[in-house]
Amino acid sequence: MLDYKKYLNISLLVKRRQAMQLRPLLSIRNLTVEFRVPRGILRAVDDLSIDVYEGEILGLLGESGCGKSVLAHAILKIVDLNGYIKSGQILFNGKDVLKMQKSELRKYRWKEVALVFQGAFSSLNPVLKVSTHFIDTVEAHERISKSEILSNGSALLSMVMLDPSVVFEKYPHELSGGMKQRVIAALSLILKPKLVILDEPTSALDTLTQKIFIKLLRDMKNKFNLTMLFITHEVASMAEVSDRVAVMYLGNIVEVGTTEDVYLNPLHPYTMALLESVPSIHSDLDKIKAIPGPVPDPVNPPTGCKFHPRCPFKMQKCMENTPPLKEVKPGHFVRCFLYE
Amino acid sequence: MSETLLETKNVTKIFEVKTKTKKEKLVAVENVSINIEKGRDLVIVGESGSGKSTLGKIVLGLMKPDFGTVLYKGKDIWKMTKEEWKNFRRNAQIIHQDPYSSLNPMRTIFQTLSPPLIQYNLAKSSQDVQKRVSELLSLVGLVPPSDFMNRYPSRMSGGQMQRVAIARAISINPELIVADEAVSMLDASLRVEIVDLLLNLKNKLGTSFLFITHDFGIARYFIKKGGGKVAVMYLGNIVELGEGDSVIQKPMHPYTKALIASVPIPDPVKAKASEVPSLRSLDLTQPRINFKGCKFASRCSYVREICNNEAPLLRLVDDREVACHLYD
Repeated sequence: MLDYKKYLNISLLVKRRQAMQLRPLLSIRNLTVEFRVPRGILRAVDDLSIDVYEGEILGLLGESGCGKSVLAHAILKIVDLNGYIKSGQILFNGKDVLKMQKSELRKYRWKEVALVFQGAFSSLNPVLKVSTHFIDTVEAHERISKSEILSNGSALLSMVMLDPSVVFEKYPHELSGGMKQRVIAALSLILKPKLVILDEPTSALDTLTQKIFIKLLRDMKNKFNLTMLFITHEVASMAEVSDRVAVMYLGNIVEVGTTEDVYLNPLHPYTMALLESVPSIHSDLDKIKAIPGPVPDPVNPPTGCKFHPRCPFKMQKCMENTPPLKEVKPGHFVRCFLYE
Repeated sequence: MSETLLETKNVTKIFEVKTKTKKEKLVAVENVSINIEKGRDLVIVGESGSGKSTLGKIVLGLMKPDFGTVLYKGKDIWKMTKEEWKNFRRNAQIIHQDPYSSLNPMRTIFQTLSPPLIQYNLAKSSQDVQKRVSELLSLVGLVPPSDFMNRYPSRMSGGQMQRVAIARAISINPELIVADEAVSMLDASLRVEIVDLLLNLKNKLGTSFLFITHDFGIARYFIKKGGGKVAVMYLGNIVELGEGDSVIQKPMHPYTKALIASVPIPDPVKAKASEVPSLRSLDLTQPRINFKGCKFASRCSYVREICNNEAPLLRLVDDREVACHLYD
């Protein structure tokens, strides 16, 4: 027990120090994304600011409908037709993505930032072999020979524990869900992007495949010093994969910090409720309980702090004012009036 | 011993997979015998492709097994008279995995929930139907019912739709509900809420559940709160079967061990220190036809010579049944 605590303290110190020295690769500043829906305007991302540091896996945790996927799409400037980026800045390596020319955007997508879509199973073309996927992807961006592409590709496939000689010749339907997911992970790295965004990559996999996939991701991250944004609603898997976690609720970030800080010492009432809602194999089942109340209608969100209708600690001012995101401990931010 | 509600005896289901060049046989469920007692539950755990959904369909009579029998209160369901069949189908209901596709998008919630009530004469007048539907909606926590009755599924969230699917399953008071991955599609934070709802209904109505899942975390929660047995399936076979609590505390089959070790831990320090379950191969591989040995042998890290030559049979070891040569 003592060792566990000691290890924890040391690793936390190291992590906090690292976080302060790191350089943000992607900075999002006051981003607002809205959608026109029949009932009015839906603000999917609301004045959101966050940094993704070089060489880290940042986890974005939230329930469905909180705007996680919209944020991922906005980073690549591919928001759906009925949506638009209302205001804010997305800085990648200091360059504003929202002001990029078409040709710049083309380079930025996949070469700089690769996105693995949710339900990636269907993002492989069913009539193309795996090898063709690799060749097509690279040829759209670079001029190198097919044999070179395939040798790069096989190195990546071996990284994700697939046998390239077998898998290259397969069509997507011949692969299992876990194998497809790993092919897509390898494919997303073929152009050596600086940032990989993974949108719910593990949600359709069973626990054994999930565990393997996450271990492989961490290995790849350490080997290539990759930067990743990992989006999921799976509270438990997130603990294993990410270095830092940002918790999102109805378009806002409500808490950010190192994974250890957020999971072992959650500050926001929503984070606490979220952590109490997942049963695991060792957890004390008497403490497990669902989050009270339904998710509010995003078209008419509650006034003030958006979590107040479900919050056990709500105060008068929570209904009137929106709390700011405040640094409570070095590197640990929370958006809640309890920490004023 | 309580009364047996439903049992399967050595059921086997074989699918024919046709490709351009060849026909292949795929054994989805092989020689499975399970037993569901009245008011008790059975949880089936396994990876995708282990045959758990096929078994669920066989139990409900939605699919006819190629070999073996399914008995409902001692009667073979495939030799029933029309009356008996109707009664059986009324008493065995299903909750599907995906609420987005199991509800008819062209029907309001009221239109979805009312036909069975009329069909089975559970409501006499139109006011009766109205009243019963609103009772059902409040029972599954969709309150106030008047808000939901005339909604279409597209106007509801995944959790709300799954509640409607549950309301539909319980509307005609079945004795058995097969919940086929009923919470897997939902947000992690919503799963407990839906499982709690199922357990609540079970206590109120005395329904038995066949709860199918791939997540031992959820299985454990269901068992702890509801009791019952757990069966672990691998490629169509049951490899371990016993009282839920003791299987989770002390798994015996190497596959059960791997599954339990793979449940994500919501603690970053322990999770990052955890190891990938020791398996020789990551991916589920279908053994070639006529393979005589244990189907798990190609992935098992405890493999011995006998495992490649002789399939282990499910037999009693301590307090449960295990199919593994380690316990010979």
